[in-house]
Amino acid sequence: MASFVHTVGHLVYRFDSLKDVMAKASPARSGDFLAGVAASNDGERVAAQMALANIPLTHFLNEALIPYEADEVTRLIIDTHDAQAFAPVSHLTVGGLRDWLLSEEADEDSLRALAPGLTPEMAAAVSKIMRVQDLILVAQKIRVVTRFRGTMGLRGRLSTRLQPNHPTDEPAGIAASILDGLLYGNGDAMIGINPATDSIASICALLEMLDAIIQRYDIPTQACVLTHVTTSIEAINRGVPLDLVFQSIAGTEAANAGFGINLNVLQEGYEAGLSLKRGTLGQNLMYFETGQGSALSANAHHGVDQQTCETRAYAVARHFKPFLVNTVVGFIGPEYLYNGKQIIRAGLEDHFCGKLLGVPMGCDICYTNHAEADQDDMDTLLTLLGVAGINFIMGIPGSDDIMLNYQTTSFHDALYARQTLGLKPGPEFEAWLARTGIFTQADGRVRFGENLPPAFRQALAQLA
Amino acid sequence: MDHRTATPDNPWLALRTLTPARIALGRAGTSLPTGAQLDFQFAHAQARDAVHLPFDHAGLTAQLTERGRDSLVVHSAASDRDQYLQRPDLGRRLNEDSIAALRQHAEANPGGVDLAIVVADGLSALAVHRHTLPFLTRFEEQAAADGWTSAPVVLVEQGRVAVADEVGELLGARMTVMLIGERPGLSSPDSLGLYFTYAPRVGLTDAYRNCISNVRLEGLSYGMAAHRLLYLMREACRRQLSGVNLKDEAEVHSLDSDTPASQKGNFLLGKE
Repeated sequence: MASFVHTVGHLVYRFDSLKDVMAKASPARSGDFLAGVAASNDGERVAAQMALANIPLTHFLNEALIPYEADEVTRLIIDTHDAQAFAPVSHLTVGGLRDWLLSEEADEDSLRALAPGLTPEMAAAVSKIMRVQDLILVAQKIRVVTRFRGTMGLRGRLSTRLQPNHPTDEPAGIAASILDGLLYGNGDAMIGINPATDSIASICALLEMLDAIIQRYDIPTQACVLTHVTTSIEAINRGVPLDLVFQSIAGTEAANAGFGINLNVLQEGYEAGLSLKRGTLGQNLMYFETGQGSALSANAHHGVDQQTCETRAYAVARHFKPFLVNTVVGFIGPEYLYNGKQIIRAGLEDHFCGKLLGVPMGCDICYTNHAEADQDDMDTLLTLLGVAGINFIMGIPGSDDIMLNYQTTSFHDALYARQTLGLKPGPEFEAWLARTGIFTQADGRVRFGENLPPAFRQALAQLA
Repeated sequence: MDHRTATPDNPWLALRTLTPARIALGRAGTSLPTGAQLDFQFAHAQARDAVHLPFDHAGLTAQLTERGRDSLVVHSAASDRDQYLQRPDLGRRLNEDSIAALRQHAEANPGGVDLAIVVADGLSALAVHRHTLPFLTRFEEQAAADGWTSAPVVLVEQGRVAVADEVGELLGARMTVMLIGERPGLSSPDSLGLYFTYAPRVGLTDAYRNCISNVRLEGLSYGMAAHRLLYLMREACRRQLSGVNLKDEAEVHSLDSDTPASQKGNFLLGKE
C-alpha cells in the first residue's frame, strides 16, 4: 500500500493510502465524518485533493481500495477493466484526466469509448477535484441511451418515473395518482410503485394491474414494482407480466449482502427478465437504486468514503446493462448528507460518475424532514441536473410521497424543467401525449389540450 | 377558470376521494397554484418545527408526578440537535452524568425490575408531548393484571431508539419499552413509535427489537397500540426473546382476512 506526502509551502501532509487520500479529498459531508474518514480541516482536504490530482491513473489498477480477495465488486471492477478503452488516458494523472475531460478532445463519442476503460475509483477520484460546473459540463457531453418499450437518454429529453405510491396499496388510490401523473405528462421512464406490502400475492396483483393499464391505454412505458429481485424472479416464474426487474444495490460485497443479494442473484434476475422478451425496442430491463451512505449504514464500507462506495455501485449496475439507475440522493438522512448543499453536490457527483462509467443515470431529487433542506434546494438540484442532461427524475403528486414519507420532485416540477430547459419526454411518449391530446411541446412551451382525452373521460365517468 | 386565482379548474378533482396523495392540484401555467404551493410549505414547516421543538421533560415530569409516577431525566451523548442529527451513534448512548445517575438509582434499588419505560424525543418531541400520558394510561390499565414491577419512567433528551438498551441494562430491567418521536412526515408531525426489547443490553441491533409504528390520532389508536405491545410482551416473557423471531409469530397470529387490496378493481380498468 502506497503512502502519499504532499507539501504546500512549509506544511507537510501525509496520507496512509490511496483510500485515505480519496476520503480526505472528498468535499465535506456528514457521512464521512460519521465514518471517521474525513479530512480534519479544510486545509487538509485541499492538500488531499492536490495529492490526488498528482496520482497516475495506472496506480488505481494496482492499489485496490477494498482487497480483491475480500470483495466480489472489486473483482468485477478489475476483471472487466478494458485496457484498450483505457489507453487514450492511461498516461494521465487524476488532475490530467480532469483537464482532458474538460477539453475538446472529450466529446460524446470519445467519452462513450472511454467508459469501459475507467474504474469507479478513477471516476470518483476525478469528481473530487471538480467543481459543480465541471461536473455539469462533462456530464452534459455524455449520452447513455437505453431502450425497452421507450427510449431513454436522448439529447434534449428528460424522462420521469411516475411514482403512484399509496400507504396501503389501494388499487383505486394508485390508479388516481397514475391518472394525475399521466394528465400532467409524466410517466415515460416507468410507472414504478414502491409497494407497502411485500407479500408475493400483492406484488403480483400490482404487476397485473400496471400491465393492464399500460395495455388498455396503449402507453409506451414500462412497469415496475420495486420489490426484492428474488420476489421478481418468483413473480416471473408464476407467469406474471413483469417489465423491469428492480433491486437496490451498493458498492461493496458486504453491503450487497445486507440487501440480500450478490452478483449471481442479480444475474439470475436479469436472465429471468430477459426470458420474457417484453421489450419492443430493446432489452435494457434492470432498474437499480443506489445512494451515498448505504455501505456505511450497513457497516460495510471498509473505511472507504461514501461517494467512492457509491460510484462502485455503478460498476455493479453497468454489468447488467440497466434500463435506468436512480441515485436516491437525499432519502438516507442528514447523518450522511446534512443539508441542501451536501445533497446538491452529491446528486451532481453521482450523475457525473455514473454517466462517465456509461450508466443511464437518473436522480431521485429528494429530502427528508430532518435534513436541512427544502423545496428551494430541490429546485436548484433539478435545474442543475436538467442542464447536466439527466436521463430521468421522479414524478409524484405534489412532491409528497405519502407511503415513504419523504419529498421528491412533483409532476409540476418536471413541467417546470421542460419549459425552462426545453426538454421533451422520450420520443415514443411524446407522440402518445400528442395523440391522446394531453399536451404538445414546441420551443419548450408546453401546450395542454383543451379537453380531457376521451378514454380517460370515460374512466372518470365511472366514478360519478 | 376560478376568477379569483386565475387557475384552471381541475376536471379530475373527483379522484381526491380515492387517495390522500396531493393529486388534482390544478396548475398556474404549468406550475403549482398559489394555494397548493402554500399548503405544502405549511406542512413542511410543521414537520420542521416538530424536529426542532425542544423536549419539555419538565412538563412531562410534572404530568407523571400528578399520576403518581416517578421519573428520571437523563441526556444522551449528543450535546445538541445539530450533533444529534449528524451523529446517530451519540444519540444511542448516555452521557457520563446520566450513566452515573442511573447507576446510583440501581444501587439504591437493588434487584432489578421487570419493566423500564423510556421516553425519548427522537425526531419529534411533539409526538411524545402529545401521546406519552394518554398512551401510558391505556397501557397501564391493560397491563395491571400482569403485575410487573417498574422502574421510574426515564426521560432521555436527544435520544435514539437504542439508548433504551443502555438504560435497561443499567437499571437491571428484564424488558424495556421505548416511546419515541418518529421522523415527521409531511402530514404526520406527531407520530409516536414504540420499541420493545427483552433482555436489553448495550450493542443489540434492531433485529432484537419489535416496533409498533404510527401511534397518533389519525393513525394507530392508543388502545390498539397497547394491545399489540402487551401481546408482544407476554409472548416475550414466555419465550424469553424479542425481535425478529418473536415478530414473525406475532404476525401470523394477527393475519386476518388478508386479501391483497390490489385484487379489487379500479376505475382505470373498469368493470370487466
